[in-house]
Amino acid sequence: MTGPSRPSSATDINFTFDGKRYSARRGDTLAAALLANGIGLVGRSFKYHRPRGIMTAGVEEPSALVTVGEGGRTEPNTRATDVFVYDGLVANSQNRWPSLSLDFGAIFGLAAPLFSAGFYYKTFFGSAKRWMFYEHFIRKAAGLGNAPTESDPDRFSQRAAFCDVLVVGAGPSGLAAAVDAAEAGQRVILVEQDEILGASLIRDPQELYSVWVQNCAERIRAAGGRILTRTTASGYWEHDLVTLTQRLAEPGQVPHNGVAQRLWHVRAGQVLLATGSIERPVAFPNNDRPGVMLSQAVRTYVRRYGVCPGQRVVIATNNDDAYLTAHALQEAGAQIVAILEARPAPAGQGQNLPVFNNAHPLSTKGARHCLKNVSGSVDGVTKSWDADLLAVSGGFTPVVHLHCQAGGTLEWNDAAQAFVPAQSRQNVKTIGGAAAPAPVFNATPVAPAKKSFVDFQNDVTLADVDLAWAEGYRSVEHLKRYTTLGMATDQGKTSNMGALARLAEKQGVAIPEAGLTTFRPPYTPVTMGLFAGAGAKDAGAHKRRLALYDVHAAKNPIWQPLGYWFRPRAYPMAGETLADAAMREARSVRTSAGLTDVSTLAKFEVSGPDAVALLETICATTVGKLAVGRGRYTFMLREDGFVFDDGTVWRIDENRYLLTSSTGGADRMATHLSYVRNYLHPSWHVSVVNVQEHYAGIAIAGPKAKSAVAKLIGEEPPRHMSTISAKIAGVSVLVLAASYSGERAFEIYVDARNAEPVWTHCETAVIAEGGCLYGLEAMEFLRIEKGHLVVGGEIDGRTTPQDLALDKMLNKAGGFIGASGLGRSALSEPGRRQLVGLEAIEGSIPEGSMLVTADGKSPEGHVTASAFRIMEGGSIALAHLADGFDRHGEELIATSPTRGQRARVRVIAPHFYDSAGERYRD
Amino acid sequence: MMLIHCPHCGPRAQSEFVYERTVDSVAPTDATTDQAMQTLFTRNNPRGVDDEIWRHSFGCRAWMVITRHRVTNEISHVRAVGPETLP
Amino acid sequence: MNRYSAFGLLRGALNGQKHWQPAWRDPEPKAHYDIIIIGGGGHGLATAYYLAKVHGLRNIAVLEKGWIGGGNTGRNTTIVRSNYRLKPLHDFFEFGLKLWHHLSDELNYNVMFSPRGAMFLGHSDADMVKLAERGDAMRCDGIDADLMTRDEVAKLEPLLDMSRSARFPIEGGLIQRRGGTARHDAVAWGYARGADSFGVDIIQKCEVTGFVRNGNAVVGVETTRGRIGAGRVGICVAGHSGHVAGLAGLKLPIESQTLQAMVTEGVKPMINSVIMSQSLHCYISQSDKGGIVFGGDPDNWPSYAQRGHPMVMEGAIAQGLALVPSLSRLRMVRTWSGVTDMSFDGSPIIGETPVRNLYLNGGWCYGGFKATPASGWTYAHTLATGSPHPLNAPFSLERFMTGATIDETGTGPMPSSR
Ligand SMILES: Cc1cc2nc3c(=O)[nH]c(=O)nc-3n(C[C@H](O)[C@H](O)[C@H](O)COP(=O)(O)OP(=O)(O)OC[C@H]3O[C@@H](n4cnc5c(N)ncnc54)[C@H](O)[C@@H]3O)c2cc1C
Ligand SMILES: [Zn+2]
Repeated sequence: MTGPSRPSSATDINFTFDGKRYSARRGDTLAAALLANGIGLVGRSFKYHRPRGIMTAGVEEPSALVTVGEGGRTEPNTRATDVFVYDGLVANSQNRWPSLSLDFGAIFGLAAPLFSAGFYYKTFFGSAKRWMFYEHFIRKAAGLGNAPTESDPDRFSQRAAFCDVLVVGAGPSGLAAAVDAAEAGQRVILVEQDEILGASLIRDPQELYSVWVQNCAERIRAAGGRILTRTTASGYWEHDLVTLTQRLAEPGQVPHNGVAQRLWHVRAGQVLLATGSIERPVAFPNNDRPGVMLSQAVRTYVRRYGVCPGQRVVIATNNDDAYLTAHALQEAGAQIVAILEARPAPAGQGQNLPVFNNAHPLSTKGARHCLKNVSGSVDGVTKSWDADLLAVSGGFTPVVHLHCQAGGTLEWNDAAQAFVPAQSRQNVKTIGGAAAPAPVFNATPVAPAKKSFVDFQNDVTLADVDLAWAEGYRSVEHLKRYTTLGMATDQGKTSNMGALARLAEKQGVAIPEAGLTTFRPPYTPVTMGLFAGAGAKDAGAHKRRLALYDVHAAKNPIWQPLGYWFRPRAYPMAGETLADAAMREARSVRTSAGLTDVSTLAKFEVSGPDAVALLETICATTVGKLAVGRGRYTFMLREDGFVFDDGTVWRIDENRYLLTSSTGGADRMATHLSYVRNYLHPSWHVSVVNVQEHYAGIAIAGPKAKSAVAKLIGEEPPRHMSTISAKIAGVSVLVLAASYSGERAFEIYVDARNAEPVWTHCETAVIAEGGCLYGLEAMEFLRIEKGHLVVGGEIDGRTTPQDLALDKMLNKAGGFIGASGLGRSALSEPGRRQLVGLEAIEGSIPEGSMLVTADGKSPEGHVTASAFRIMEGGSIALAHLADGFDRHGEELIATSPTRGQRARVRVIAPHFYDSAGERYRD
Repeated sequence: MMLIHCPHCGPRAQSEFVYERTVDSVAPTDATTDQAMQTLFTRNNPRGVDDEIWRHSFGCRAWMVITRHRVTNEISHVRAVGPETLP
Repeated sequence: MNRYSAFGLLRGALNGQKHWQPAWRDPEPKAHYDIIIIGGGGHGLATAYYLAKVHGLRNIAVLEKGWIGGGNTGRNTTIVRSNYRLKPLHDFFEFGLKLWHHLSDELNYNVMFSPRGAMFLGHSDADMVKLAERGDAMRCDGIDADLMTRDEVAKLEPLLDMSRSARFPIEGGLIQRRGGTARHDAVAWGYARGADSFGVDIIQKCEVTGFVRNGNAVVGVETTRGRIGAGRVGICVAGHSGHVAGLAGLKLPIESQTLQAMVTEGVKPMINSVIMSQSLHCYISQSDKGGIVFGGDPDNWPSYAQRGHPMVMEGAIAQGLALVPSLSRLRMVRTWSGVTDMSFDGSPIIGETPVRNLYLNGGWCYGGFKATPASGWTYAHTLATGSPHPLNAPFSLERFMTGATIDETGTGPMPSSR
């Protein structure tokens, strides 16, 4: 093919394709620019590596896929018809080796008869490993472009919008509808995937469209409407929510302000789909050769871009529209050598044109990847013409994707041989060409099946459709999946109709009875980064910041993630490892005092006359008998009777309680409380306030804790499980005496906004007693030694109060959530896993390891947490063990095959330290 | 993404709401073990309309019962529940 | 039936593909079958296959309301693994995994099972302990599992973001090397072809609309193609379990939810294994055609709509991109969803129902594809003998009432919080 001459202009820009430099005009798509430069061979097909050119002028392009951009901006599989050239654009062909014109992969094409539909299902037997051997090569041959290996340097933004009318498509009907709605006072958004407005009008003689289109745009804007170009309505979701994808930069282009694309969530009062239709190719042998193009696309290149893709042209059509293309080509100086008209009778537009009625194309020939010759059948007689362009039109497929995504149904329009929108479930209406496509003659393929491509990208031919049928893959979905029809990046925009017509013919039914596959979002492929938006940086997971974050950060601790929080795990001194630091901190708690931040604990203030009723519904323990100023340990059950959280409950005042529970379960507990209060017992007089982040919490623990706290508050500290209000550094605090570590300990709660001075005072006091700060790791050592439970560890959602030896604390009166679940038989059957302690006889006990009676036996339990005795040394652990309560004294193996670790252990009671609880009582 | 009419806040995007459970999963507080477990573990789960308990979690936080068609997502009714609905 | 082989393909290449016969017949329903299976997904078809192959039964029908494999079997992300923490689960799935390794040969249909490794990433020391615990539980029961260091993970998947400053830094992983992916359609078609060759009637476009009862016993089904009598009936309809069981007056511990998946445009190989995460809820693999297959959490409210929520999808993609940043410029080409049967402990149900002669296979949540061979095998045993196989005995329907639930995540009875 020779390049048509286009006068160069002052605004010419440069791009490269496969390393060679070319010039383009601003406003060109890459496809237009390639054609203008005489480049007809653009890519290779997926399966047979057949040479492919440019077939369309729009987003439906199945063939001309290239990789655009460099580095982290590389976009593989970009349709050359859907990227506007910018200065410096870098494009490369894909799926070829060593080069586009000489591609060794084309041997797949020679072996095409072997690679029929279903090929892979019928061979490569043997073990899975053997398949993997073949698969390695198959995978390498498959895929199209290469993905970037770098991170994306650009950002993607997201935006929400509302409107009364969303118009999709800025062709004549979309523009007119948008003008009407906007001037009627409606809030209008008009979106157009193209860079300019006008859609089908752009194929008309230029003078005609530009004035009217400009005028419409001005009127819409004047009436307050918004017009978004380069914006695709790609998904239609529930209740008229439409997602728009807006390109702010072209593929591979450096965006102006760092934002490459924007995702809109638009909630519309009404949606008008003026999405037009997509021209269908015609199925006949070798219809995929570069130089075979859709008729409207040819017209678009001629009129819009001033590029005439051929000089000697054959046109094949079953409808009137292609004659407009003939005229456009003639105006551009091309010669129409033949029009193969499927309809038997002469059509009016054919005057002065070489029209052959009752004719259809039969094959093409080429040389050096260019079209040279077209043969066709005229009244059953084969004729042939030398030509460098074949423009085909097999009719028009309305773009009903969004209508269908919205749950709408379709009906068959026989005159147009097309499915058109029927009922819609949402507030959506289809207007213009998408609702009423032009009449055509017949959509059913008539040419021989071999090498008659219906899906150009995935190399599916009519022969494949026939084979699938013969092998019993007869539902349209089976056909699609067996042949991969319509599953390529174009999602069958050009292919489905031809195959469907063939299927209907095979079934001996009308096309509508053959069925249709589902239209799924997105309408055109959407960049993943756009969906992720800002979330790509942090996986969409927010972080919560401790009120005392700055205080900790200044000490440079090791941080530990805990749900959304990050908490100090240990405060190592120079040269200390995590384990060293944690052990030093834990010893400090055992021997003098330690200070730690417990702010993340879930905290709820429950008040009102029905506070006890609420608490006794939530907690499985009694609450009612608690005196003012006293607190106690409690735990909560799920409705099915399993323990799901634990904490403490404090009676602050006559009718005011503070409930604490685990950090990790905080949100869940908040919902649970809200459910009981608002849904189950709306009439109760009780209020529940989530004060988790209102209060910062500071714990002081150790034998010297009492004297430290006494100095801090200037009065006698509360007794164990008692609470008082006090002041530290002039700030009001609530002091609870509760011990998690096993030592005398206090939790000091303070308004988070005033926490810093209180912490500073506490720190000074603890250090004055010879103590230090401690983090989560030391806390873990302390609680394990003491045999306290942790949610997510010992409380794993599968344990009952009995399993954890908590059953003696159950509220005998019942009435709490989970009480009825507890009554089920399996919750008290033998063989349940019960909480035990372990001490190592040999080795140290790996956390999470399995408990077996001998190597090779199936596990009877597992280690939930392990630590070392803080003062004496020696490996200890908490564990779940089948019938564990009755197995104290037994020797087992704690084994971790994945880590190559094991220990011999003895089962003991799960309290390793001060089991009488003397240390925390005065 | 549905549009849910919160009885307190008006129409809001579904992303502001959290589904909690179905109305048929809630046993009366005085149910026997058997009744309570039957209620908890056997559900209508209809391929049609059901009453569901939702919460306007990222809004007013109120609870409500939404009557919704599970195939079409058509919401036929939203009923406020909770203390503020009592006389 | 044609035997598939390289020779057969060559013959086809030479004879213009003339000798191929239908992979399965398209029979009219008979008046009565010994066993009727409702649902022509992978599980239903595998059940029919093993009923014929292992138990020697022949008078069997699979009734499918649409086209076989069109339910979740044809919509899933095809991850196959047996790396469960709890014994009844890993024993069951391991039995299945062993069958997977020889399934293509067994069926003479290449199901493209590709054991390229199923890897869970750990993002903290705590995650790594949990992964070790899972791996140890498996290893002690004879199932392969290996902990991986950060370096090993980076070597296997060079495109993962290994930076320490990541929101979810990667500390290591747990890999089951015998896990991987398979071609979902091929599983349905392969079992269908195998079952058909034993004389099983696979009847498509035949929806079960009711049960024929004789007292407390089911003696047949009403369908859109008429009444069909049956000795035993096995429900095997995944997301539609609630609906179909409801036709027999049963209510189940199942809530149907939407689970979405998506795929990008095809690219040359970039993801080598199946990437999952202990803390994040997304999973990533690459199909043989080159598309990056992505899945996430279910839309956690009840739905039969087979349409996902865009923000759930956006959330899953954000997580995936946080793990593999260079996926950012790939384009998503298609999303779809299935109706998953979320059971109330997250584990499946295979066994008897309170109605005589009526059996249930369901509650697969988002993980039943990998179970297809084991599910078919054990359900066939249950239907043929009237009592469960030892492997599916723990998965009885009754367990919810007794409390013997099998709750891998310890989440409890609310599927919406699972
Ligand atoms: C998006 C997604 C991703 C998933 N990813 C994975 C994964 O990676 N790994 C994994 O192991 N699992 C995964 N799963 C789960 C897995 O797909 C299912 O658990 C499994 O395929 C269920 O198989 P089935 O044969 O039971 O059901 P289905 O394949 O759903 O078959 C049930 C059949 O019953 C038919 N039916 C329903 N009602 C009737 C009726 N009344 N009469 C007749 N026929 C009826 C349906 O049409 C359907 O064909 C995923 C699921 C989804 C939706
Ligand atoms: Zn509200």
